[in-house]
Amino acid sequence: MTEQLNAAFALLPSYLGQHVLLSLSALLLGLVLSLPLAVLAARHARVRWPVLALASLIQTIPGLALLALFYPLLLALGTLIGQRLPALGFLPSLLALALYSMLPVLRNGVAGITGVDPAVREAADGLGMTAAQKLRRVELPLAAPVIMAGVRTAAVWTIGAATLSTPVGQPSLGNYIFSGLQTENWVFVLFGCAASAVLALAADQLLGLVEAGLEHRDRRRILAGAAGLVLGAVVAMAPLAVHEQRPRYVIGAKNFSEQFILADLIGRRLEQEGAAVQTREGLGSAVIFRALAAGDIDAYVDYSGTLWTNVLGRRDIPSRQAMLAALTTELKARYGVTLVGALGFENAYALAMKAEQARSLGVQTLADLAPSAPRLTLGGDLEFLSRPEWTAIRRAYDLNFKAERSYNPTFMYQALRSGEADVISAFSSDGRIAADKLVTLADPKGAVPAYDAVVLVSPKRADDRRLLEALRPLVGRIPVEAMRQANLSVDRDQNKATPRQAAAALATAIRLD
Amino acid sequence: MAAPLIELDQVGKSFDGGRAFALREVSLSLPQGGFTALVGQSGSGKTTTLKTINRLVEPGRGEVRIDGRPVKDQPGPQLRRGIGYVFQGIGLFPHLTVGENIAAGPRLAGWDRDRIVARIDELLDLVALPREVAERRPSALSGGQQQRVGLARALAAGPKIMLMDEPFGALDPVTRLELGDAYRALHERLGLTTVMVTHDVQEAVLLADRVVVMKDGRVLADDAPRALLAGHADPDVAALMATPRVQAQRVAELMRGASGD
Repeated sequence: MTEQLNAAFALLPSYLGQHVLLSLSALLLGLVLSLPLAVLAARHARVRWPVLALASLIQTIPGLALLALFYPLLLALGTLIGQRLPALGFLPSLLALALYSMLPVLRNGVAGITGVDPAVREAADGLGMTAAQKLRRVELPLAAPVIMAGVRTAAVWTIGAATLSTPVGQPSLGNYIFSGLQTENWVFVLFGCAASAVLALAADQLLGLVEAGLEHRDRRRILAGAAGLVLGAVVAMAPLAVHEQRPRYVIGAKNFSEQFILADLIGRRLEQEGAAVQTREGLGSAVIFRALAAGDIDAYVDYSGTLWTNVLGRRDIPSRQAMLAALTTELKARYGVTLVGALGFENAYALAMKAEQARSLGVQTLADLAPSAPRLTLGGDLEFLSRPEWTAIRRAYDLNFKAERSYNPTFMYQALRSGEADVISAFSSDGRIAADKLVTLADPKGAVPAYDAVVLVSPKRADDRRLLEALRPLVGRIPVEAMRQANLSVDRDQNKATPRQAAAALATAIRLD
Repeated sequence: MAAPLIELDQVGKSFDGGRAFALREVSLSLPQGGFTALVGQSGSGKTTTLKTINRLVEPGRGEVRIDGRPVKDQPGPQLRRGIGYVFQGIGLFPHLTVGENIAAGPRLAGWDRDRIVARIDELLDLVALPREVAERRPSALSGGQQQRVGLARALAAGPKIMLMDEPFGALDPVTRLELGDAYRALHERLGLTTVMVTHDVQEAVLLADRVVVMKDGRVLADDAPRALLAGHADPDVAALMATPRVQAQRVAELMRGASGD
């Protein structure tokens, strides 16, 4: 517990700095967009409805989906203008959060400006103020407290929603939450929630001070609130200025423990070489390859079968060696991506069930499962049920389950334990298979391809010697037992290790250090 | 008779694209230094007539001229900076002090700071408010005091023309009389040309030197108060102008009855 807290605090300066930088930029961009729009909408009733309706519509899109949508949007936009836009990380997060922050400012802006006493407007007109003078000297000052209340709401929303930028590769306080959820590190989850809540509350109170100052025309309160905000932002973002000198490698990871451990293992090796490393964790498996091809990340570990079906779109299932060879040439030719080599273990999608239940049902292979399936519930991880592998298995063995449910990988194992699910989509390198006394069902028809873990390098790093030299010693070096052990140390409920600790232990176990 | 300062020439206005007319061919010729009262019932078009002079309302037909120059040739804001405007709503800026309210016009006209500061004191004296109120917020003042500030604000940039729309309408009767008399004195002293809208005939005949009676967007009568009080061919005008006398008679009868009891 203390150890995990210490680990959490060690990451705080960087996560908090990034979180503040992102929220602040998004809020400012949102204000720059929404204030003029609010003025326009307040002036012209015809503009008002569409503007407010659009802002409300954006608000109904779940935050996570809005952030994720910016990935294809920026890629498409980049293609359109013939220039590569960074589709992961800061830019999509900034744009999505800025859009998200607009509604409260728009609403309050319109309400504040249209709510100005008509007599006061008439007096301003009667004195000979132009529309701009009336806005600046009368309408905006009078609407300021109401607008400020909108800014306050927007700030709280933005700080909260910024935790969702982790899956698109922008570090934030959400990294605690997402990695904590994957590895069942509840200390991390709570720490992330508490940190962002404290940040939101602090911003809310300081903005509240400014709002009260505007309302009571008290300059001291306005200045005190503004000074607190500026000071807080500067202090929070100071650690960001210290980093950023050495060449920085960005290592990607999907959203499960093995990926975190391998990203940390690669990161360790690069750090030992004196390079700065950043990991982008929790990327969706469809996003991560495109991110690599686009150069948003420099290296990550993927699995041959996934690349074969999802990236190359192949339906045939060649032998392991033939698939690796074809992937090496195809990925290079199509995307400029270098396949450095296979790490030595396989992490196949395999259906698993409790050994006991498999015995009593007489199930040993997928072929045996078909008769029992209509009485069983299938639990898949978040993407399994929509992946081509599942389609292939279902077709090959004619499987029709009573129900199919999706879980976060950690909860999936718990669902199996509690009997909520009878069969799950396990990974063959998962330490919990042995620990939970599960059996994986053989695939006699070869419906699912091999899933050798392979290291990939982005086109722009194809000739980067330091990176390639750090990665090459990993090729063929990690046996499945070692990987299972490392995974289990992170995934188990008791005596949990952080991915970083597991990476260190793995490095020792395979005599890499 | 002095040369006309403000002229309305066949002014017409419809707010609904010609189905109903707020003004129909209103023509007025108001001399420099005159104090004109526009009277009539609600909806007679008196406020609309007033607002065509400073272009808060744009006439659909006809032309308004000041000093012989069509007002539509000048940008609205610039025109209005030279014309004082006081109305029943007062509309003091609640976020500014009394002094800053009074300074609004001079600031728009680009006066320098020293001149504005001196002008605030001068105007507070003129409308008979203590100079200390300059630092207060409008909300700290009584209704009568607020309208005195409204008057000071309208006069601050030194206009020659004052347009007043029911300026004393929201005040209690005592304050109303007092402020009306005070304004009449200012009108004389500053050599202003005043156009005032009021529905109170008594106020009109006691303050103005000329009364224009309006009904349904038309001018029914336009003459000196004394002449109109004496009677008029139009029965509506005659009835309206008779109200002060009728009221006075009733009050007098009441007094007699009370003393004879």
